[in-house]
Amino acid sequence: MTEARQAAAAPMRIFVRGLIGLLIALPLMALLLIAGAWAREAWLGARPIPSEAQAATPASIERGAYLARVANCAGCHSVKGGAPMAGGLPLGTPFGTLFSSNLTPDPETGLGRWSADEFWRAMHHGRSRDGRLLYPAFPYTSYTEMSREDADAIFAWLRQLPPVRQTAPAHQLGWPYRWQTALAVWRLMYFTPGGVPSQDQPGASVTTGGAEADGLALARRGRYLVRAVGHCAECHAPRNRLGALEDAAGLRGGWVGVQGWIAPSLADPHAAGVQDWTEDEIRQWLQSGWSPRAAALGPMADVVAESLQHLSDGDARAMAAYLRGLPREEAQKAAFKPAPPGQLGLGRLVYAKYCADCHGDQGQGRRIGGQPAYPPLAGNRAVTLEAPQNVLQMLAGGGYAPATKAHPRPFGMPPLRQVLSEAEMAAVASMIRQSWGNQASPVTEQDVLRLK
Amino acid sequence: MPGLLIAAALGLGLSAASPARAQAGEAPPTVSASASAMASSAEGGPRPLRPLTDDIAERIQACTLCHGPQGRATPQGYFPRLAGKPAGYLFNQLQSFRDGRRHHALMAGLLRNMSDDYLREIAGYFAALDVPYPAPAPSGLSAEQQARAERLVLQGDPSRRVPACTACHGPSMAGRQPAIPGLLGLPRDYLVGQLGAWRNGMRRAHAPDCMAGVAKALSTDDVALVASWLAARPAGAHPEPASAERLPLACGGLSP
Repeated sequence: MTEARQAAAAPMRIFVRGLIGLLIALPLMALLLIAGAWAREAWLGARPIPSEAQAATPASIERGAYLARVANCAGCHSVKGGAPMAGGLPLGTPFGTLFSSNLTPDPETGLGRWSADEFWRAMHHGRSRDGRLLYPAFPYTSYTEMSREDADAIFAWLRQLPPVRQTAPAHQLGWPYRWQTALAVWRLMYFTPGGVPSQDQPGASVTTGGAEADGLALARRGRYLVRAVGHCAECHAPRNRLGALEDAAGLRGGWVGVQGWIAPSLADPHAAGVQDWTEDEIRQWLQSGWSPRAAALGPMADVVAESLQHLSDGDARAMAAYLRGLPREEAQKAAFKPAPPGQLGLGRLVYAKYCADCHGDQGQGRRIGGQPAYPPLAGNRAVTLEAPQNVLQMLAGGGYAPATKAHPRPFGMPPLRQVLSEAEMAAVASMIRQSWGNQASPVTEQDVLRLK
Repeated sequence: MPGLLIAAALGLGLSAASPARAQAGEAPPTVSASASAMASSAEGGPRPLRPLTDDIAERIQACTLCHGPQGRATPQGYFPRLAGKPAGYLFNQLQSFRDGRRHHALMAGLLRNMSDDYLREIAGYFAALDVPYPAPAPSGLSAEQQARAERLVLQGDPSRRVPACTACHGPSMAGRQPAIPGLLGLPRDYLVGQLGAWRNGMRRAHAPDCMAGVAKALSTDDVALVASWLAARPAGAHPEPASAERLPLACGGLSP
């Protein structure tokens, strides 16, 4: 009997000892992690800056203005109708709302007291002038690969803007996200500063090595523009639960902040991959927001209007060459699941009434003056993306392709949520996703209700 | 009484995005409701598609879902008529929606990436449309309310520094070129919504924002009366030509 009782007590003892061990070990491990994270920050902060700041010249200011366009600094640091680059735009994230900072040279509220070295440290290491760790909503995770010369040029341009006294509201973040130590641990796990102190206009100067070398140089410049300056991965790559990019270079598609749009995969030719486009079609699309193959809509229309339409021809070609050469990765297609016949029937009624006049009775799209004015829906990648958000956003809010220098008078689509119920929107979305050879998953009323 | 309703409309008019569907007099009946009509047309084979033309009329088709064909929305519902308004006024409004001086999520979404040139072309198109006005809605005001509204509109209230509407918007209240809008032929709910938005700063015009001052000097009851009275007036006159005459208030955004 006693032996049996002892035998029964043994696992209990092991459990209690284990528990005590864990109670001691876990805080110890957490302390070690925190100490390690801060030690690394101290080490990173103490590393010498590997190159000298470039003095501002009219040429560097002009180049900085161009680079600021390509990096679309204004997309976050300017509020519509407000003073340029004065910050204050709320940026929704799953962790809370951040407010962009004032980049004008105001000494109190902007960058007035910053040096070029301090600006470089922010871009490359993600640390503010006072040493504070910056939130990666500021995409230093991409800018860390920007060359010192380019960062200096942007700084030179910012310095000569009119100063604006405007304090950004405080970030609204819950614990632990507002805790700098959490950010240090996050950076330990997910952020490594780039190793490219100087990569001035990579590729731009190599023009005499024959066609193959030129092609390589072009793609290298494109890689730099896509990965560092353009920071495309910040939307076009997936993020993990802690908001860190998963294989940024893969550009396998992600979410656009909390705007409710998908940034489709650039690796997959069935999503937004351009492996099968000509370099010229891609260049045209980037600079005008439009090509015979597709139009830029939603948040990408903003990017074209604010940034990409200003690309030089050479840089647009470089980006096109790099994007075209991305490794092709086609996502596994789920087994086709037809929508209920009743829903498709309702969808056909909605389509005939509201859609057919522009998109054609067979989803073939319609042309004006020989050019596509209203895109075909048959075989349209934006329609058949696995996730239905983008097509629902278009149905609900409508929209115009961006008005650009090369495509100044775009055609548009009305916001159908003014006249369609959620059930009708889901029905017509299912119908266009499953007609004329399209084979995408059906859409439910819940999908529409979940729309932001 | 109307007062309560108006208080609600004041709130609604500001966001206007979702109540719009319920209120849109122009909005076609829901598809399910008109299913039988669709089916019969389907029996007769596919109907011919709308002919497309390479012009601005085709490019503004997206606007007509709410503002009606040729921008001639009726006084029923919420959406304002655009046809025949002064071009400068329409351009200022398009720009304000794009740049955040006026707030309407759908308008902002549609206009966000348009250039000033394109907005000017769109404004010019609607301004040049000369299409008839439909009959106005009955005002539903009592004789006493009618008299109060009429006094405010035609004489203003000097004690509150509120000028007569007609002092700026013209004796026929059809507006004045290039940038003062007409006040007739608009839905009552829209007028209430706009004056309400000006009262609480949700609608702004170029500085100095004279209408903000006027709207803030009015009570919600005044807003309700004036809106009901205006919406019940027959419309049809054209905007007055531009003139160098001084306005009783300093207003921004009036020069082209």
